[in-house]
Amino acid sequence: MTHIGAVGLNTFREAVRDRVLYNLVFFALLMMGAAVLVGQISIGIEEIVIVSLGLSAISFIGLLMAVFIGVGLVSKEMDKRTIYALLSKPLRRWEFLLGKFVGLVFTLAVNTVAMSAGLFLALLYVKHTLERSDAAVLIAIYFILLKLAIVVALALLFSCSTTSLLSILYCAGFYVAGSFVQEMRTLRSDLAGPVAAAIMRWLSYLLPNFENFNVTGLAAHGAKIPTALIAQNTLYAALYCAVVLAGAAAIFSRRNFK
Amino acid sequence: MPGPAIEIDNLTKEYPYGFLNLKKKTSLEGLTMQVETGEVFGFLGPNGAGKSTTIKLLMNLIFPTSGHARLLGKSTTNVEMHRDIGYLPEQPYFYDYLTAAEVLDYFAKFYDLAPADRKARVQNMLKKVGLETAGKIQLRKYSKGMLQRVGLAQAILHDPQLVILDEPMSGLDPVGRREVRDIILELKNAGKTILFSTHILPDAEMLCDRVGVIVGGKLQGIGAPGEIVGIKAHEMEILFALPNLGQNSSPLLAKATRMGDRYRLQVPEQDLYAALDQLRNGEAKILSVAQVKPSLEEYFMHLVAADRAQAAAVEVTGK
Ligand SMILES: Nc1ncnc2c1ncn2[C@@H]1O[C@H](COP(=O)(O)OP(=O)(O)OP(=O)(O)O)[C@@H](O)[C@H]1O
Ligand SMILES: [Mg+2]
Repeated sequence: MTHIGAVGLNTFREAVRDRVLYNLVFFALLMMGAAVLVGQISIGIEEIVIVSLGLSAISFIGLLMAVFIGVGLVSKEMDKRTIYALLSKPLRRWEFLLGKFVGLVFTLAVNTVAMSAGLFLALLYVKHTLERSDAAVLIAIYFILLKLAIVVALALLFSCSTTSLLSILYCAGFYVAGSFVQEMRTLRSDLAGPVAAAIMRWLSYLLPNFENFNVTGLAAHGAKIPTALIAQNTLYAALYCAVVLAGAAAIFSRRNFK
Repeated sequence: MPGPAIEIDNLTKEYPYGFLNLKKKTSLEGLTMQVETGEVFGFLGPNGAGKSTTIKLLMNLIFPTSGHARLLGKSTTNVEMHRDIGYLPEQPYFYDYLTAAEVLDYFAKFYDLAPADRKARVQNMLKKVGLETAGKIQLRKYSKGMLQRVGLAQAILHDPQLVILDEPMSGLDPVGRREVRDIILELKNAGKTILFSTHILPDAEMLCDRVGVIVGGKLQGIGAPGEIVGIKAHEMEILFALPNLGQNSSPLLAKATRMGDRYRLQVPEQDLYAALDQLRNGEAKILSVAQVKPSLEEYFMHLVAADRAQAAAVEVTGK
């Protein structure tokens, strides 16, 4: 446990020292610009614009970080040969992998919390007040974080078995496909042929279902997000990460370091 | 009496390559040897001989095709083994966004030391490898030799019983090499076992209780540095002068080399007395008789040459 924490903390420290968190400046500028603009032109849709834009930006920036840093978590240590000294310590390979995962998810959480603060400030600026229904935005942000955790796990899995470039492509592919899981399931067999429809349906259960994590629409309109969905998504993300990380650990444990 | 610190049993490593990985390159072939507790063992071999391959197999960084090894009585697959082992990788590189002190502190966390103890050890180690003043500089600004020192520090940080160093002297200036030698001797005096690989032969000759010479993935010889070169037949060197040159018609003279008014003759040990008799008959004045000691270097060159010849032969017949 302390080993995983040590690796995780170092991963966070690396992100901080490599100035990854500077992306927050970009987000802050975006939110400020949007808030000022919206404040000037509209009547009544300020909240919808700010929340939609803010959540999309949080999700997009988070995704970029999750994929690009996630793919490099292990491969960078192998390329730079820092892993030799580290794995000659009494550190199990799965502990290393899990530490890397925890470290990046923690980094993403810190980043997301900071961006959320910016989003709420912008909201406060245009609405002059916050209501109870704005809690839905918090839940939407939580879902984004769950989604990012799954992406990090996938990035680790891919980067344990293939090159960085391919890993990035696979991550992007999984993300896009995972956002259309519902469509794949309901694909009509008279259009695609029965075999293709069956394959699509099976594939849709292997892919991470990112659709369930997208509640931007609900949050923007201040609608209530069902408690059952929160529980379901939390459980789903935890299970999905566990399975993917177990696969990554199995591959990584057999790996020869050249 | 404790058992051997390292037991290697028929260790073989093949790397698949080529189309569909059908071909195999054998980097290490059936290595069997032991390193005794408290010994300084030198692992010698030319570039590409399989030294680093062996060491990485021992550290469980790569996995053997066949065979196995035990370190301090524990199988290499047992993570707990690392608790009492220090390892310096070849051309070490560490997190360049950390300082030397931070890297050492990070590594120390895996040995479950108390924070205060950790801090003291880190300072101690920095001092030992001569980096006290550079301890707070990020490693991206370090020179090669300084990184090598950080590598050495992290290898001995936790006071291990067995220290495995892959080319500890590479990249160091004469002062640094001397310091590493002193550290190795200090470890030996503290009863630790040390295995290090090198192709700097004088270092091995000076430091090692025993050396193993590996060429082309195969162990070619193992023993004390003096003993291992003694396997080759000894030659004797005779220095003599010829005051009355004209009368001498010894056939030996043709084989001798002339240096001013002196001659130097090298003969196999068993022919020494016969040669001396002949020289006496020729009224030569014997100046000195000495044993020609082949150095580790000569032995090494001899093995490498033999391996090259063999490899060439294989290449020709292999077609
Ligand atoms: N990942 C790999 N894939 C294929 N061949 C490899 C791999 N790693 C090492 N080899 C081969 O194994 C052989 C032994 O390499 P090794 O690194 O053990 O040599 P070494 O004795 O440490 O040499 P040096 O003195 O140059 O460090 C070399 O011929 C090398 O080409
Ligand atoms: Mg080597």
